[in-house]
Amino acid sequence: MPETQNVYEIPIGPIHPALKEPVRFTFQVEGERIRAVDVRAGFAHRGIEFMGMRRNLIQTLYLSERICGICSISHPIAITLAVERAAGIEVPPRAQYLRVIFSELERIHSHLLWAGVAAHELGFDTLLHLTWKVREQVLDILEELSGNRIDYAIPIYGGVRRDISPEQIPKVEAMIRYYRGLLEELVDAFLRDPSVAARTRDVGVLTPEEADLLCAVGPTARASGLSKDVRQDRPYLVYGELGVKAITPRDWGLEPRGDVYDKAVVRLLEVGQSLDLIETCLYEMPEGEITSFPKIPALLAHLKKAEGEGLGWHEAPRGEVIHYIRLEAGVEEPVAWKVKAPTYSNLMSWVPMFADQEIADIPIIAASIDPCICCMDRVHMVRDGSPATLLKEDLLRLSREKTERLTGHPSPVTRHGGGL
Amino acid sequence: MTGLHLLWQAAAVLVGGGLLGLVYKGFDRKLAARMQARIGPPLRQPFLDVGKLLVKESVVPRDAVGWLFKAMPFLAVVASFTVLLYLPWGPFPAVLGRYGDAILVLYLLAVPALAMALGGFASGSPLATVGAQREIVMLMSYEFPLAVAVVGVAWRLATLGGSPAFSLAAIAASPLWGQVGPLGVIGLAILAACLLIVTPAELSKIPFDIPEAETEIAGGLMVEYSGTYLALFYLADAAKTIAMAALVVTLFVPYGIAGLLGLSGAGAQAVDLAFHLLKIFVVMFAAVTTVRVAMARLKIDQVARGFWLQITAVAVAGLVLLVLDRMVAG
Repeated sequence: MPETQNVYEIPIGPIHPALKEPVRFTFQVEGERIRAVDVRAGFAHRGIEFMGMRRNLIQTLYLSERICGICSISHPIAITLAVERAAGIEVPPRAQYLRVIFSELERIHSHLLWAGVAAHELGFDTLLHLTWKVREQVLDILEELSGNRIDYAIPIYGGVRRDISPEQIPKVEAMIRYYRGLLEELVDAFLRDPSVAARTRDVGVLTPEEADLLCAVGPTARASGLSKDVRQDRPYLVYGELGVKAITPRDWGLEPRGDVYDKAVVRLLEVGQSLDLIETCLYEMPEGEITSFPKIPALLAHLKKAEGEGLGWHEAPRGEVIHYIRLEAGVEEPVAWKVKAPTYSNLMSWVPMFADQEIADIPIIAASIDPCICCMDRVHMVRDGSPATLLKEDLLRLSREKTERLTGHPSPVTRHGGGL
Repeated sequence: MTGLHLLWQAAAVLVGGGLLGLVYKGFDRKLAARMQARIGPPLRQPFLDVGKLLVKESVVPRDAVGWLFKAMPFLAVVASFTVLLYLPWGPFPAVLGRYGDAILVLYLLAVPALAMALGGFASGSPLATVGAQREIVMLMSYEFPLAVAVVGVAWRLATLGGSPAFSLAAIAASPLWGQVGPLGVIGLAILAACLLIVTPAELSKIPFDIPEAETEIAGGLMVEYSGTYLALFYLADAAKTIAMAALVVTLFVPYGIAGLLGLSGAGAQAVDLAFHLLKIFVVMFAAVTTVRVAMARLKIDQVARGFWLQITAVAVAGLVLLVLDRMVAG
């Protein structure tokens, strides 16, 4: 980029009305055009993994819900799957269906939340208020089923903590009917509105090649036309039997362009997909136990004896979330707990998406990956009291040192003295 | 008319206009809220806002050009309130009608926008600078269609003879609709539509709130203003909203209803004034309130292109129709 007199710097964040959570962009701007962007994260780091590794596994489960309020089913699902793999715990079929129902309810409320935020970023507050008004319906159902609007405390190692009673099923069905009737209106308001199209078409484009190269996940990748969905690619729970297919703009008869408009298409269609999944689960859910460990002390005793490591993955509303856990016999706490949230994978997509766009596009492009900063911020580097930057070599050295510390012997790479 | 009398009238119009501006702002916010399925603030909220801003600290940024930063809110408020003095108020002629016409009103309407842009540049904040640049581009975009609409009406009236060109009093006294042929009526309707589209742009309201764009540049040229200075800009905006809507009413629908009701004297004046204020409200509601709840914010290049090409073309077409009408009429 040729450095000219006309290029000036615009800081957006860490606190800015366009951002719902703290992250800092530094834009190099020429007139209204963006020439370059630098993203700095780490403002929402709370050391949750560190805290989790000093608590017993059940406390860690509740802590995982508090990584993020909007993803408060996704993280518990991923950590329970990881611990169940590590400790060899079976999950009764009914509990698996219940977990899917709650996951899909979360996807509906999360996508509607995003749609409202996106409308607000476009200056279309009427759409924000209407979307968030209809979002109340799914939150009411979540409260009806779990007792809470967020932080549902539903999954537990070996099953779920609450069943859906026969009396509650008609209420869920009523919600499904409500949204089915409404979805066409929402699609109309978002996708057929000329002023929304004028602001989102060919804005913040992520080509399929870039999405692939940068390992984008979730709706961010699917909007670029990648058929990438953990529920389809590595099925877990009962998603395999439900036959989930990744939704791309092609399902709406559009050739994917990877712009903000396509991201809205994917998210709105996924609301419909989630409704279908919830309905199927309600009818196909078998009777039976909802957990293999009805007694918490028995569960804790089993977990304390368990030894091994496990990986849990889940398609959160924003994309793939992964939890890694390592257990040692005789220790109540997880020896290692690692959280990889979808926004961490999508963060780099911002750079090509911002290239050559206008200042006016900043809020909607930033919002288009549906960033969840509190999920993503797992580290903040501070050296001598000020933020520090680590380069690839530093990270490589640090990770090797950690591997050595964890395994207790030199890592193969350092042993052979080789590099990457 | 004595100087004292003039002063008294001017004070009445300025105070009345300011109060009316804030009341209409309250209605605008309440009605917009109802359309968005919200409860909305109480009608007196704009008064509370101004009152609160007046007692808050007025911060001047260290990087700002202090005198310019402080002077611009006063300039904006003076200019937008001065417009009120040159506009006829229903049955009452403009207070300073003899000293200025439609051309002066056009210039005065541009001053608050320039003052805001200069204040934004003087803030020393990059966000305000972007906002100020956008304000200038906006000004350049909508001024031409605005001028075409006003000039078109004034010119057509002047060709009919008998009254000074560009006098708003003359325009208000003899509405054009009945004096032109069918072509002229179409032309006038087109110009009226253009003026209604320019209105939200002139007032920087969605979809044209680009210079302030809360989610993009955090309030843009207003970002560094606080306390008394922000209150002055707020008042200027309230007065300008009234002025702009009153201009539309004066140019295109200057009719009274007292004659229809068979009233005369003070009663007729009161009814016509009330009707005039109602028309101003309807224009504001149609051109500002409903538009801002029904659209997303546009981008500056989209607005500039739209005004320079489409809207200008339409406005000029309206003007051409008026010219043709004049040629047909002979």
